[in-house]
Amino acid sequence: MSAAAEKAMAYDNKGILGTLGREGLLQIILVANTALMLFPVVIMIFSGFKSNMEIFNQPFAIPDFTNLTNYVKVWTQTNFARYLFNSVFVTGLSIGLILVLGTMAAYAIARYEFFGSNIILLFFLAGLTLPLKLAIIPLFILFRDMGILNTYWALIAVYVAMGLPSTVFIMTSFIRTLPRELEDAARMDGASELRIMVSVLLPLCRPALVISAIHNLVPIWNDFFFPLVFIQNDALKTLPQGLTSFMGEYTTDWGVMFAGLTLAAAPITIVYIILSKQFINGMTSGALK
Amino acid sequence: MARLTLRNVKKRFKETEVLHGIDLEIRDREFVVFVGPSGCGKSTLLRLIAGLDPITEGSFHLNERMMNDVAPSKRGIAMVFQSYALYPHMDVYENMAFGVRLMGLPKEEIESRISEAARMLKMEELLKRKPRELSGGQRQRVAIGRALVRKPEVFLLDEPLSNLDAALRSEVRLEIAKLHREIGGTMIYVTHDQIEAMTLADKIVVMNNGRVEQVGSPRQLFEKPANSFVGTFIGSPKMTLVDVSRSGNRLGIADGGSVPLDELPDKTPHLKLGVRPDALTVKREAEDGFTASVVYTEYLGDDSYVYARLADGTLVAIRTHPNDIFEPDEAVRINLNGSPVHFFDAESGQRLEPSAVAAH
Repeated sequence: MSAAAEKAMAYDNKGILGTLGREGLLQIILVANTALMLFPVVIMIFSGFKSNMEIFNQPFAIPDFTNLTNYVKVWTQTNFARYLFNSVFVTGLSIGLILVLGTMAAYAIARYEFFGSNIILLFFLAGLTLPLKLAIIPLFILFRDMGILNTYWALIAVYVAMGLPSTVFIMTSFIRTLPRELEDAARMDGASELRIMVSVLLPLCRPALVISAIHNLVPIWNDFFFPLVFIQNDALKTLPQGLTSFMGEYTTDWGVMFAGLTLAAAPITIVYIILSKQFINGMTSGALK
Repeated sequence: MARLTLRNVKKRFKETEVLHGIDLEIRDREFVVFVGPSGCGKSTLLRLIAGLDPITEGSFHLNERMMNDVAPSKRGIAMVFQSYALYPHMDVYENMAFGVRLMGLPKEEIESRISEAARMLKMEELLKRKPRELSGGQRQRVAIGRALVRKPEVFLLDEPLSNLDAALRSEVRLEIAKLHREIGGTMIYVTHDQIEAMTLADKIVVMNNGRVEQVGSPRQLFEKPANSFVGTFIGSPKMTLVDVSRSGNRLGIADGGSVPLDELPDKTPHLKLGVRPDALTVKREAEDGFTASVVYTEYLGDDSYVYARLADGTLVAIRTHPNDIFEPDEAVRINLNGSPVHFFDAESGQRLEPSAVAAH
């Protein structure tokens, strides 16, 4: 074969991008990314079914899924159920308050023209740029003086403050996209401002509410820092903080630990899956005209 | 009974005044159309009457009762919005029931009102559908139905036909006229389309720049426009305004020919002559008349419209026989054919009444 023919063949070789196309390449990257992301989760779930010995001998082996000793131990011999309740209570109440307060603030900012409405929006947005952890000492002193240290309310107050800026921001921009004539129509129909918000606006805001909820749910559920500082009472600890007590000074039952982690991750994963479905439905069905 | 009285109504948004003192009297069962170019304040005025925006100054009375500070739902007024503003998450029945439920009516009354409205608007089979499953015309009917079930004394309609295609528009226009005859309430209708105004109205309110230019029946507005704005706004193709100078019984354009008239306004040497397309003739060869050059001819089947440019640059429309086709750039003479023409003051644009000119 001549050098020229070889060169021509080299040009015929289209390369990965040429063979798979842009979409194909994207798929490969996404699949690889998914595998990379899921790998630790899978190991966590597997390890929940293994004893300490098995984990150290065959870390990647597929376990016997009928062996539920670790799960039974988590439920019966630790404070797990209590931590789970605390987490659900604190997270649920925080998200609820964030959505209610955030939507009300956003509705007022988006729809009523009053002096300083923009300043209030900017004030909320400033909260996005503020790392709350920097304020931990003043917060500690404040909560101590208010007497809510070592209670749920310390956590809920911080989480609501943390969640409001992004929620107000998301909801304000969303409400501004809704046609004003809808509210005018409801006003002509005799609806009070509260009724307009509840019966007309909220159902239309569902996609944005879901975005805000997802956006806040994961960081609050996973938060370790604030419970660590504010909560000393074992009965009030949330899951991330409570699970650390499974780690002993000299020995740790890794199997029980992973079983606990799996159980801790399960609710949030399920909620996330349900909400993202809702979110996609909302995106496609909210069309007005 | 619904009589509306507006006295010196003004509206300011911060510093800008958009309505400069509106005085208006609307009688019971009247079909009133607010018409004007976009931005003239007609929708704003409608929103003031609805109570959706507060009146800055002046007063609005409904049946002798001051309404300035009464909540929209307590005024006995219903409104159909331009975008229909149907609640997207409720079906047709719920859309109509929302308002009447808030009125606190008993259940049977609500149901009978809705079924009556549905029958009247021929949408019984749509009651369980969501707005997104309806066509434009159906949504329009739901919006009207929602207003209807509240049994208001006054209906406000804000450009209700502007989102429909041309064929549907004339159909719904007829339906609205029929509806007004059947239910007999007072209707106020906002549009920028003078044909809708002419065909529907008992009384037209022509607005421009936040002022009422003229109030009158379609015929009054067409035959006796109060000023050059109303003259050019009502009628299609629109009236041409020609700046002319008077000499004896003739009106002329400098270096552009002149036309004789039997009746002229007194004493004014300069004025605006308003002529509609059917008051003019166009001829290739004539001794008299304005000189002009043809721009193009519009053939419409029944008629043709010749557009020609006068010596001073004014574009004038002339209605001709459909077989009279003039070529672009043809030199022609334009004359009056004896149909009524209008005279307006050269500066203020106000109507001038003509009187017979003494023979010279």
